[in-house]
Amino acid sequence: MKEHIVVRTVCSILIPFIQLFALYVVANGESSPGGGFQGGVILGASIILYAIVFGMKSGRKRVSERLSDLLISAGVLIYAGVGLLAIFAGGAYLEYGALPLGTKKLASHLGIYGIEIGVAITVAAVMITIFFETARHEDD
Amino acid sequence: MIDIILLLFLVICGFVAVAMNDLLSTTIILGAYSLIMAIVWTRLNAVDVAFTEASVGAGITTVLIIAALSRTQRMEAQILAGGRSKKYEKYKVKRLLLLMVILVTGGILMYGTIDMPAFGNPNDPANLHVVPRYIKKTYEETGVVNFVTAILANYRGYDTLGETSVIFTAGLSVILLLRRKK
Repeated sequence: MKEHIVVRTVCSILIPFIQLFALYVVANGESSPGGGFQGGVILGASIILYAIVFGMKSGRKRVSERLSDLLISAGVLIYAGVGLLAIFAGGAYLEYGALPLGTKKLASHLGIYGIEIGVAITVAAVMITIFFETARHEDD
Repeated sequence: MIDIILLLFLVICGFVAVAMNDLLSTTIILGAYSLIMAIVWTRLNAVDVAFTEASVGAGITTVLIIAALSRTQRMEAQILAGGRSKKYEKYKVKRLLLLMVILVTGGILMYGTIDMPAFGNPNDPANLHVVPRYIKKTYEETGVVNFVTAILANYRGYDTLGETSVIFTAGLSVILLLRRKK
């Protein structure tokens, strides 16, 4: 769709807002509908939209194979890591309240934040990867 | 009234999606199906589920199926071959049998819903087990207001970890199976 100037212009205006909304959905998941999974999907979708409009090659320039591969495992690592930190802090696995971050309530809140971010990173990276690996590229 | 219209739309979407031979149109119709489903979830006050349905079902799934379609043909094979093939005629009896099985299964499922408690009844067994505790103590115990998030991330943290691992494994499998070597 590289040659459609309307699509290109609209998308280059829209994509930052889509990404901002994705971050909002992740960050505000604990007080409104949404959370890591939905936010991650929206974030992934914004990159997919970019790749559809500006071509697969420039999409891969923004999010390289190396980066998306790294992010796929980084998200799960963050999730599991928060759980392990809770063990080191003297609690059970994934017992966020035990993390040494102020009161129990605040620690639990921040722990949930941490794992939501982990989920969002993995989901976004996996969606991007599935799209780039399944869709047909220009040169094949 | 609006619920009945929405459910009717769902049924129509389902029928059309099966009847279509153009796979791209089918994909778009399934996206519309998911969007209507999201509205139904909202009507049932399940906003988090509606959000997921709208972003995953209507959004990303449609795109990923279209991405997969870009590597194959847009039309079903029998249309490309020109009309319905002999195979289609051969399996007519089998298809009728399948229809019967589907109708019976659907009937049994519908019969099962008769025994279900009324929607939103606070005295349902399902609403009396752990739900009161979630509603009363979520903020106190987890510091989070939206108790759907609290259940997913805290009370059922292991399940969500497993879910994330499933997505991770899916990504890994796609890389291993489909990545083109340079």
